Amino acid sequence: MKYVDEYRNMKLINKLAAGIKSINSGSPINIMEVCGTHTQSFFRFGLDKLLPRNIRLIAGPGCPVCVSSQGYIDTAIALAKRKGVIITTFGDMLRIPGTRSSLERERAEGREVKVVYSPLDSLKIASDNPSAQVIFLAVGFETTIPTVGLSIISAKKEKINNLSFLCALKLIPPAMDHLLKDKRLNLAGFLCPGHVSSIIGARAYEFIAKKYRMPCCISGFEPTDMLEGIYIILKQISEGKPSVANEYARIVKRAGNVKAKKIILKIFKTVDSCWRGLGVIPHSGLAIKDEFSQFDAAKVFNVLRATSYEPRTTKCRCGDVLKGLITPAQCALFSKACIPDNPIGPCMVSQEGACSAYYRYKK
Amino acid sequence: MCLAIPMKIKKISGEFAEVESGKFTRKVNIQMLSGIKPGDYVLVHAGFAIEKVDAEKARETLRFIDEIR
Repeated sequence: MKYVDEYRNMKLINKLAAGIKSINSGSPINIMEVCGTHTQSFFRFGLDKLLPRNIRLIAGPGCPVCVSSQGYIDTAIALAKRKGVIITTFGDMLRIPGTRSSLERERAEGREVKVVYSPLDSLKIASDNPSAQVIFLAVGFETTIPTVGLSIISAKKEKINNLSFLCALKLIPPAMDHLLKDKRLNLAGFLCPGHVSSIIGARAYEFIAKKYRMPCCISGFEPTDMLEGIYIILKQISEGKPSVANEYARIVKRAGNVKAKKIILKIFKTVDSCWRGLGVIPHSGLAIKDEFSQFDAAKVFNVLRATSYEPRTTKCRCGDVLKGLITPAQCALFSKACIPDNPIGPCMVSQEGACSAYYRYKK
Repeated sequence: MCLAIPMKIKKISGEFAEVESGKFTRKVNIQMLSGIKPGDYVLVHAGFAIEKVDAEKARETLRFIDEIR
């Protein structure tokens, strides 16, 4: 595959691994990535084995499914139980545990829960089922947000009036800002998410490099991309010059995708949002603007947006894993009570979750 | 969930384009991009082309790595 295979070239991978060793200071360095696709690539390609032992890549809150609040799942389940409702969702959402049930269990009990590849698929399902109310579970970060926005615009244009969106859309830079305020965190740099950045642009992280003097590098998802990102961060550390570097320049521009950003501004407004394991983070979520409220499932069905902080009810330590305070293996439940077939915490549910990736590749 | 893959534009018709990767083809929405044409590579996520791949920058990245010593 073009633009994939070249970045899996063994010669270049070895070159980068050698480059990283040559500038490695030897003192402990924690770099955080905030993208589930990074988490998966890192273990899948065995990149952890190519890094010197003192350099650790921590999987932060980069999986939108994992950070969806329990309240959100409970609301989705409550809606699925209403008569005449069809829930449409990305597949990863099915197994997330709510307080008492999951969408997968509800589907097994006969509720209409359909997995879609694109939010646009919901428009067709709504047109094909005019007597049903179709609700799309709009979960995702900046990469996915414009696709939801354009789907709302299309639904309005096509006058589809039996479709709405239950939003738990989240923004990455406010979450990074929030994490950096936690003094227990010992971070030396951020590997910024390539596809989120394709929308918001490199400029969106500049406040982090400036305010916290934190090295940042936007990186793609192939092995050479991630290793180059780590190499660039180490360079910034050794030179004492934190900035926002862009390793993924074939996709990411400094201003991002301006057209996509305009779509986001047209449809959504910023709100506080609850992240599972982290609590409420100010201005870290998006809700549908009033002028498009006919598509806002929270308004149409009069359900509360889940914004309250949920205390940990079990021994699950996903919150600490998401902050990089512990590795998944340090949680008492990991690979004992909590396994991919029976997940207790959200990080074990999605393939992109830190615990799930750790379970599959490191155990 | 932010998984996206580079695919080649085959044919454009209005707000949609047919894209391919190997033998795999699909229809994607291209409203987020402007000035794309058949032969271009775009990054596809959840049924939408979200960005065009910059061929020159793609080569530059590989060159940069090759020059590390």
